[in-house]
Amino acid sequence: MGRIKVILKRELAGYFATPIAAVFIVIFLLLSGAFTFYLGNFFVRGQADLIPFFDFHPWLYLVLIPALAMRLWAEERKEGTIEMLLTLPVTMWEVVVGKFLAAWVFTGIALALTFPMWITVNMLGNPDNGVIVASYLGSLLMAGGFLAIGSCMSALTKNQVIAFILSVVVGLAFVLSGFPMILNLFSGWTPHFILNAVSSFSFLTHFHSISKGVLDLRDIFFFVSLIAFWLFATATIIDMKKAE
Amino acid sequence: MGTMVDITGLRKEFGSIVAVDGVSFTVGQGEVLGFLGPNGAGKSTTMKMITGFLTPTGGTAKICGYDILEQPLEAKKRIGYLPEGAPAYQDMTPSAFLTFIGEMRGLSGEDLRKRVSGTVEKVNLQSVLEQPIETLSKGFKRRLGLAQAILHDPEVLILDEPTDGLDPNQKHEVRTLIRTMAPEKAIILSTHILEEVQAVCTRAMIIAKGKVVTDGTPADLEGQSPTHNTIVLTVRSGDVYAMQAQLAKIDGVKKVEEMGQDGEFTQFRIFPDPGRWIIADVGQCAREQQWEVAELQVERGQLDEVFRNLTAPKQALT
Ligand SMILES: Nc1ncnc2c1ncn2[C@@H]1O[C@H](COP(=O)(O)OP(=O)(O)OP(=O)(O)O)[C@@H](O)[C@H]1O
Ligand SMILES: [Mg+2]
Repeated sequence: MGRIKVILKRELAGYFATPIAAVFIVIFLLLSGAFTFYLGNFFVRGQADLIPFFDFHPWLYLVLIPALAMRLWAEERKEGTIEMLLTLPVTMWEVVVGKFLAAWVFTGIALALTFPMWITVNMLGNPDNGVIVASYLGSLLMAGGFLAIGSCMSALTKNQVIAFILSVVVGLAFVLSGFPMILNLFSGWTPHFILNAVSSFSFLTHFHSISKGVLDLRDIFFFVSLIAFWLFATATIIDMKKAE
Repeated sequence: MGTMVDITGLRKEFGSIVAVDGVSFTVGQGEVLGFLGPNGAGKSTTMKMITGFLTPTGGTAKICGYDILEQPLEAKKRIGYLPEGAPAYQDMTPSAFLTFIGEMRGLSGEDLRKRVSGTVEKVNLQSVLEQPIETLSKGFKRRLGLAQAILHDPEVLILDEPTDGLDPNQKHEVRTLIRTMAPEKAIILSTHILEEVQAVCTRAMIIAKGKVVTDGTPADLEGQSPTHNTIVLTVRSGDVYAMQAQLAKIDGVKKVEEMGQDGEFTQFRIFPDPGRWIIADVGQCAREQQWEVAELQVERGQLDEVFRNLTAPKQALT
């Protein structure tokens, strides 16, 4: 456990040692604010909740998280530091988990910095704060899902741009599979269970069900097992491709 | 002299390329083994397998009794490794980087601080401790790589081209450092500098095309040189043919070659019969003939010549 913490600490410090942290956080806050107020008609709706705010999170993450995750492994392989890292007395899963957790904690920090939004709704009315807490939790879990995908795509290539594009595409598949428009394409001609299977892999479906305030264990389990799957894939790919 | 590194039948294939082809050897405490070999011989690949970065296609390595494939953590704890090119996290400072390595190796608190500062002194990094690594010169980066390898005072040191990119003073310092650490450790280093082998290694191994072609002390290697124990004699030019004939008459001389003349002086190389020590006789001959001798010496043999003979592609027979 100790070594995971050491890796987490170094990676996290790395975000803040470069402009990445500032750029990511500022853009995240600006976009989530802009989406909520302009596109989400936050004021016009006249309701004290954060639904418009959270509704945009999947889309924000879709683009921003790959930008954060693309360097996780690609850079390590390009610079050759992976050779130094993996010849330290550490296991592959400790490294994979440590790096992932650092990125996740960082996303959590960015998410936590949206707290003025929460304060604002509480000043404007009486929102259901339980729902908001659940939504934050759901958003964080979903961010973990995007990050784990990004980690795996970053392991596939030394090229960060390719890693970025791959993560956006795979992330998009996981978002869209719950989108009504996409589901309509399938409905009618595919058996119901396939339709269910497709939508059950959707980030949207699970995120929406959590952000209604119902903390269903199945939704949490979905994200946790999705993260575990992609991290396992990351470790396998690194093991295969580290020599290149 | 306990065996600390035990390598058996190490083999690595990259697709159809066989990079390392059945390498076996052992290294004991106090030994400094120099890996020599042309580019692409498989030196780095061998080191990557010994340190557990690459999984061998066949064979394995035991570090202080721990198999790198079966007990990688125990084995890795005992190794300090400087990878080729001395990679390091570019946006960190040397001091943060070494602290990170120390923490990964389970050091903490006062112990960690002392190790870092002690190591920094050993490799002369004091002046750049707080400067981002990406702004360091090549030599400083290499020294940082060395520092990270020796930080935990490992029993086994694997150094891939440790003096590459260092200035002559630093090369000397690093070689001295390696020699002072040698008695307690088993050290394997790779190099393209043949004098380095003579300067620090107790044993030299030439690798070509993934195979070990010679393994012995640097002196053994010199002994394989065709010019080993030959006499070089430089005298004021006279009747070259007469001189050559005169020299060839000496007992124990196998062959005399004229190596060239520059108007004033002529140089001969005199090959002895195997096992004969003829420098005194050559000197005697020169005195008797009253030649004006400018130089008379025994050659130890050229390592680079041995290296070339063993590793250069054979010329096609015509
Ligand atoms: N990841 C890889 N994929 C394919 N081939 C590789 C890989 N790594 C090394 N090789 C090949 O294996 C051979 C041995 O390479 P290696 O780096 O071990 O040589 P070396 O002896 O260290 O050479 P140098 O003196 O140039 O450092 C080379 O032919 C190289 O091209
Ligand atoms: Mg090499």
